[in-house]
Amino acid sequence: MSKDQAPLLEMKNIKKDFFGNQVLVDINITLHAGEVLGLVGENGAGKSTLMKILFGMEEIRDTGGYGGDVLINGEKVNFQSPFDALAAGLGMVHQEFSLIPGFTAAENIVLNREPTKKSVVSEVFGQRLNILDRKKLNEEAVAAIDKMGVKIDDQMVISEMPVGHKQFTEIARELSNDKLKLLILDEPTAVLTEKEAIALLDSIKGMASRGIAVIFITHRLQEIMEVCNRIVVMRDGHVVQDVPSSETSIPEVTRWMVGRSVDNTAANAKKAVKDEGADKEIVMSIRKLWVDMPGETVRNVNLDVRKGEILGIGGLAGQGKLGIPNGIMGLYEAGGQVTFMGKNIPLNSPRRCLDSKLAFVSEDRRGVGLLLDETLGWNIAFPAMQINNKFLKKYLGGLVTWRDEEAIKNVTEYYIDLLQIKCTGHKQKARELSGGNQQKICLAKTFALEPEFLFVSEPTRGIDVGAKALVLEALRKFNHDSGVTVVMISSELEELRMICDRIAIVSGGRIAGIKPAAASSEEFGELMVSMVK
Amino acid sequence: MEETKTITFTDKIKGWAHSFGLPRLIIAGFLLVLFIAAPIVGADFWMQVTNTINRFSWNAIMVLAMVPMVHSGCGLNFGLPLGIISGLLGATLSIEFGFHGFMSFVMAIIIATPFAIIFGWIYGQLLNKIKGGEMMIATYVGFSSVSFMCMMWLLLPYKSPNMVWGLAGKGLRTTISLEGYYDKALANILQINIGKLSIPTGAILFFALLAFLMWAFLHTKTGTAMTAVGSNPVFAKAAGINIDRTRTLSVIISTWLAAIGILVYEQGFGFIQLYMAPFYMAMPAVSAILIGGASVNKASITNVIIGTILFQGIVTMTPTVMNNMVHMDMSEVIRMIASNGMILYALTRKSEA
Repeated sequence: MSKDQAPLLEMKNIKKDFFGNQVLVDINITLHAGEVLGLVGENGAGKSTLMKILFGMEEIRDTGGYGGDVLINGEKVNFQSPFDALAAGLGMVHQEFSLIPGFTAAENIVLNREPTKKSVVSEVFGQRLNILDRKKLNEEAVAAIDKMGVKIDDQMVISEMPVGHKQFTEIARELSNDKLKLLILDEPTAVLTEKEAIALLDSIKGMASRGIAVIFITHRLQEIMEVCNRIVVMRDGHVVQDVPSSETSIPEVTRWMVGRSVDNTAANAKKAVKDEGADKEIVMSIRKLWVDMPGETVRNVNLDVRKGEILGIGGLAGQGKLGIPNGIMGLYEAGGQVTFMGKNIPLNSPRRCLDSKLAFVSEDRRGVGLLLDETLGWNIAFPAMQINNKFLKKYLGGLVTWRDEEAIKNVTEYYIDLLQIKCTGHKQKARELSGGNQQKICLAKTFALEPEFLFVSEPTRGIDVGAKALVLEALRKFNHDSGVTVVMISSELEELRMICDRIAIVSGGRIAGIKPAAASSEEFGELMVSMVK
Repeated sequence: MEETKTITFTDKIKGWAHSFGLPRLIIAGFLLVLFIAAPIVGADFWMQVTNTINRFSWNAIMVLAMVPMVHSGCGLNFGLPLGIISGLLGATLSIEFGFHGFMSFVMAIIIATPFAIIFGWIYGQLLNKIKGGEMMIATYVGFSSVSFMCMMWLLLPYKSPNMVWGLAGKGLRTTISLEGYYDKALANILQINIGKLSIPTGAILFFALLAFLMWAFLHTKTGTAMTAVGSNPVFAKAAGINIDRTRTLSVIISTWLAAIGILVYEQGFGFIQLYMAPFYMAMPAVSAILIGGASVNKASITNVIIGTILFQGIVTMTPTVMNNMVHMDMSEVIRMIASNGMILYALTRKSEA
């Protein structure tokens, strides 16, 4: 780890924006051989984008490339594809497995680098027809597994393996690349049991001692503290801290992760640190809720929502916070018991929820929230038309229910005005609006339903700061003026702290705790990682 | 980053030309050339116009049958033969039961309706199970139902001497004359004859009625839901719409319209065609609505009218004009190029929508 020679990896002033939305700002990271770097940050902080830049992923180039330089061993590189990155000695283990289920571990490990022997056929038709050298193949695989320091059966078929072993197979595959200098592990312990995780940490230490540099991305701070030499904390596209792990602590890191130094800002000053509304009426109670939403599994949620409050639900990505509204509103399969105003809400039926005056603004604006190819009028009026029979004219004694274009136009123009939606008129197609304005249409659509209870999921995702403030203000006003109970789900803790009365933190598919919005960032941060699975 | 787009006049023209579509322009231009060329090469112009209008009145309802399924996101109804078979069952049973004249047409519609609803419902259930691959499966539903009915037309115990094979006394003939039954049943109503030009007013009015009902349906609450299901099924689901039920309804409407469509076709044509005839009915209807400017997920009544006129215009004009010009039968080739080319063009543009 001599400092006089060029560092293994140097990222200088890395900048990246997606269509004007700045996601990385002046990122500087240096990494020496044999060093283990822990990269932490909330979801959306820019970790994955940074790794994608490092790996030359296509989507970076497709969205206009990046600014700044990536240097490996002091030489500037610009990978055109992940293959270039692999050739340069980079390896990456993704959260999702990319293994062939029907092949053995050994075959997967040496995939596309199989040692081959010449045969009669290949002598004639060229080396593409060489046959596999099974013996050497197994030897190489075993060597890679040994390098990892964890014992797995190299002859076991992937589909029969426990998840942990699949993860180790992936790591071994990267290690079998002789040129490997830098290994990126993206939440490798997420699927491991405790014992396996410990084994993995040991193996990371082993790799480092052999001179391989490791970038370790995880939400489990305990592991970071244990194995990393240095910790880089990212937030909102900035590197906010870059410290040796020996000089910091978990609470400090969590604070860097989630907190802006706004603990004493005016927004929070007026909010009590103590929980004040404990005597308020419970409007919705959720018991033993499970939701089968891929990537956002809810395991066992018990939650009481008070009448007229704004309840925030926060937590790290993949912990299940998004599953809660999606499950209750019937978009994903769910079970458990939900009562609203004393009545049982049947799950798995969007219609029955809407009839009970619940409404939902989905986090998937373009996929669920909008009819992109229809007019704004249709988008805003459609749910209310179908659920409340509004914006309809009746003919022939109610036999024919006719769409009332005039009423649709009026309500659309009302909301365009109210929410300051920038558009050319009520007949514009929803697709043509910007993200922030699309979000406002989604809000208008649910406001038009006149709900008594509103779920809002990631209302500010992917929209710029100005629009963000407007959207949050509109929500607060809706809650205040109409007395509608609002449950807002967001991965941005600061945003929740700005408008919520209480914030529940979801971790591992369960509610880890509920605190008043004015509680400190550290407290929330600890809850976030408390039950991470 | 809020931007408002200002739409200038030139943008509008460009957008209009774009939405009109290059193939449509070419086909419309070609048809125009044919109409101009007709009198020059010695073909009877008014006769051609009459033919075009007649063929429009025969085919338009089957093209209209495409609309509901496109709206609900089931794509183009390549399974049209299934509906046609319902219509054929209605037609043959009406004759078998001894109805004559206009009554036989009314009865054919009445008898065809339950078949269309039942077949449509089953077909709809099937399409709900294979979301995303509707058009492929629909094609095979159409083909296999035709093949199945080829056997049934022989086996079903029809007795009417006007329909069964003369020698065997059983099994339906391939072509059955409608004389004495509902030949020109609609076309003769209020028919207008000016010189050589003859307009089958009744048939066109009947189409207009169905087209109006279709248009009206799309403006109702249920119709709006159907369009929303086609536009974004997840959005519709989140708004409490039962997607499967809406899609099934659209398939039933489409199948029923196909059944009515074939009956109207027969009254104009004067014959019932059985066995393999329905096999070839889907493609012209599909390409007609596409030429009319519809896409796989958007279709309007205007698309139906324009498309049917253009497509049937070419089908009627090419044989006479081309034959007079080059003395060679080119019409079939051109019809094939136009219809299959149009379908191909539309399918390649599916993802752009």
